[in-house]
Amino acid sequence: MLFAYSLKYPSLNLIEFTSKGMYCGPGDFYIDPWRPVERALITHGHADHSRFGHKYYLSQQDTIPIMRARLGFNLYEGVGYGEIRMINGVKVSFHPAGHIIGSAQIRVEYKGEVWVASGDYKTEDDGISPAFEPVRCDTFITESTFGLPVYNWNSQKAIFEDMNQWWQHNKERGIASVILAYSLGKAQRILFNIDHNIGPIYLHGAIENMNNAIIEAGYKLPFCQKVDMGMKKDFKHALIIAPPSAAGSSWLKKFNPYSLGVASGWMAVRGGRSWQSADKGFALSDHADWQGLNWAIKLTGAERIIVTHGYTDVFSKWLCEKGYDARTVKTEFTGESPGSNVVDDESIIVEEQES
Amino acid sequence: MKDFARLFYELDQSNKTNDKVEALSRYFRKASNEDIMYMLAIFTGRRPKRVVNSTLLRAWASEKAGIPMWLLEESYAAVGDFSETVALLLPDSWNENDQPLSYWYKYVISLADKTEEQRKQAMFEAWASFNRQERFVFNKITSSTFRVGVSAQLVIRALSQHTKMAVNELSHRLMGNWDPVSVTYDELFSTKSLKDDISKPYPFCLAYPLDDTVDKLGRPDEWQAEWKWDGIRSQVIVRKGHIFIWSRGEELVTDKFPELDALKSVLPDGTVIDGEILPYTNGRPLSFNVLQTRIGRKNMTLKILNDAPVVIYAYDLLEWQGDDIRHKPFEERQALLENMVNTLNFKPYLQLSPKLGFDTWHELAEKRQSSRENISEGLMLKRKSSAYQSGRKRGDWWKWKIDPLSMDAIMIYAMKGSGRRANLYTDYTFAVWKGEELVTVAKAYSGLTDKEIIEVDKWVKNNTVEKFGPVRTVKPELVFEIGFEGIQRSSRHKSGIALRFPRILRWRTDKHVNEADSIETLNGILDVYEKGN
Repeated sequence: MLFAYSLKYPSLNLIEFTSKGMYCGPGDFYIDPWRPVERALITHGHADHSRFGHKYYLSQQDTIPIMRARLGFNLYEGVGYGEIRMINGVKVSFHPAGHIIGSAQIRVEYKGEVWVASGDYKTEDDGISPAFEPVRCDTFITESTFGLPVYNWNSQKAIFEDMNQWWQHNKERGIASVILAYSLGKAQRILFNIDHNIGPIYLHGAIENMNNAIIEAGYKLPFCQKVDMGMKKDFKHALIIAPPSAAGSSWLKKFNPYSLGVASGWMAVRGGRSWQSADKGFALSDHADWQGLNWAIKLTGAERIIVTHGYTDVFSKWLCEKGYDARTVKTEFTGESPGSNVVDDESIIVEEQES
Repeated sequence: MKDFARLFYELDQSNKTNDKVEALSRYFRKASNEDIMYMLAIFTGRRPKRVVNSTLLRAWASEKAGIPMWLLEESYAAVGDFSETVALLLPDSWNENDQPLSYWYKYVISLADKTEEQRKQAMFEAWASFNRQERFVFNKITSSTFRVGVSAQLVIRALSQHTKMAVNELSHRLMGNWDPVSVTYDELFSTKSLKDDISKPYPFCLAYPLDDTVDKLGRPDEWQAEWKWDGIRSQVIVRKGHIFIWSRGEELVTDKFPELDALKSVLPDGTVIDGEILPYTNGRPLSFNVLQTRIGRKNMTLKILNDAPVVIYAYDLLEWQGDDIRHKPFEERQALLENMVNTLNFKPYLQLSPKLGFDTWHELAEKRQSSRENISEGLMLKRKSSAYQSGRKRGDWWKWKIDPLSMDAIMIYAMKGSGRRANLYTDYTFAVWKGEELVTVAKAYSGLTDKEIIEVDKWVKNNTVEKFGPVRTVKPELVFEIGFEGIQRSSRHKSGIALRFPRILRWRTDKHVNEADSIETLNGILDVYEKGN
């Protein structure tokens, strides 16, 4: 057995960290495992949390069409937010994480002990994903993708005002606006919040695929045309939403001349912006910022905090100084990767390049 | 300040020259003449002196943000820029009372007369009145680290559109000694004659590296060739009985070279020479590092003057008998210069930079091979019919440098970069073999492609042996070819040598660590190099 940290309270370890992922012994199930297992509980549809090869997937019901689009047909079962499941005597429920559509924190209760595995989350209501709900627990498993005090997001309203202005300005100059955003989550958030009166919006195929899955889950998205091969269009007034993998690709050439915007939390820092050679960066993230992380942790009332990915060492040290029993566990979650095109939804990128 | 901060961000975010010129023009149209002066001062490196050191700023920022010092340091490691870190730690202000750039520039200057406690309060007040962007720019000005991705030439281009003055005229006016507190916009640009400022240097003419084969330059007899010297490129100005020596970085370095002071009584009034200051003994130039001891000193002792005697190798004559002669053909200026230097006979301080005679390009190429023995970096080629241009222009002046020295070394430490590479391991320390051990010989942080950097970064993260502050010790497995311009003995380095301008030439994925060079190889290069000296 590969334990990534020493067991300080062996009897209390309702969830263990094993080489296959987070494992609940009494319930005999895994949460977001990274190796194939019999029974997997899934927090959300990004590729580092919902992987290929499990025999059974249990998730919030809106995640199922997303997983089906990405992983094909498998044995999926969906539950609503707050609905209670008993698995081998362990009480399990899913609660909104505010990260993307269908994203959930998984609450696990056994013999009076409560653990919450939060996957990825953000605390600001983005208007499309069900908003984050703090869940009381003894042990909270948290991400820390932006776990440094320099990451403090502007309000979504301010960011979209900025994005609308940028598009408008480009339109006046007669150039197209291309914005790079993850196909699952951020692309829909932009579609939902941007001002559609400025001009036409076109989508990269990968984003349309994800949109279809989300529409299947019962969400309404504004209709936008997909960019097809050989499409003869005037893109001068248009906004084109594409995944980060499109950066530097020949696919972008047909929009020339265009201004390149990137929507990512890493854009909050100058280094992040120039690295992507973006003309314009929007610090728009589906992860909690510094304030958000601290706020969420406080509201759980948890004494023990396990930090799984992001600025783990720094963030758990900070929490320890604040009086929490905090520790870091190494996992294979990636969160939002800076700089490169390796993203939350890695496998989608592969599909994009094939289509 | 809002307009200035916006200008900075527009310039910082755009990769396109036209967008940058447009942003500059917009700023010039909107800003007051006074603010334009301060903006130009900041953009041309005339920044207020730093009065608050970075240690203090860190402590204050940590206090204001309510976070421990270690967390501020960790944040800094991720952001890669101290001014930006502090700007991001504090919340945006909703203060709509926007003061102009000139106000804040003078505010920074006024810190000099304050006590430490007053300075702290002044910084808190300033920070509280900005949004993050403004705060970042303000911190950059305060810590004297303001840099922006536009060349002076681009600023001048936009300014020329704004003022309707010629680019050459503007770049000349912007040279030399002026500061926005004591010189007004009108004094710098309109009525005041250039001649009133006797210290005013001309913009330096700069060469492009030769990127094509040399025979594409046409007939050899249309060109003059000289050694490319590695000293201090300077302009010596003698006007009205005064001497001014300017370095290429527009620094007044007259005081560093007291032995050249006598030129003011030797050179005719109204003379400006472009040349190179070089260390020089027994009839030949020495390597540049001999001069380095002198540059850093405040006071010149007799010992320093004796240890590193200097000469000016004159390249060109820009002003003669009070007239600007830059428009005359190079050949004519050369004739005047030669005549003047030979008549004065002011050796050992003023000499002509020797010309290299050649009839064919092939012959010149052979001479270039002996550059290193002549303590030069290669050749300079100048078109005989050319005018003396302002700045870097293609076509008339070329530098034809020799290939750098090189070695294969092993990466043993990695650090995160700064600025745009703040999140990636881009600064590496390299070692070579000393028996069974590895000794560090160089640090380098440039030369890889973006793709390679991402790959190496990933490798570093997965192959860390030890973390020590921001430095990671990595498994000694990656071999790189390191280029360098010179090599010298050093008692400060464990390896006993110091390299000049080391940089990564290539990532040698084909090489095993056992194939990397040893310290003996470098000592061998050092022996050859020292014989040349």
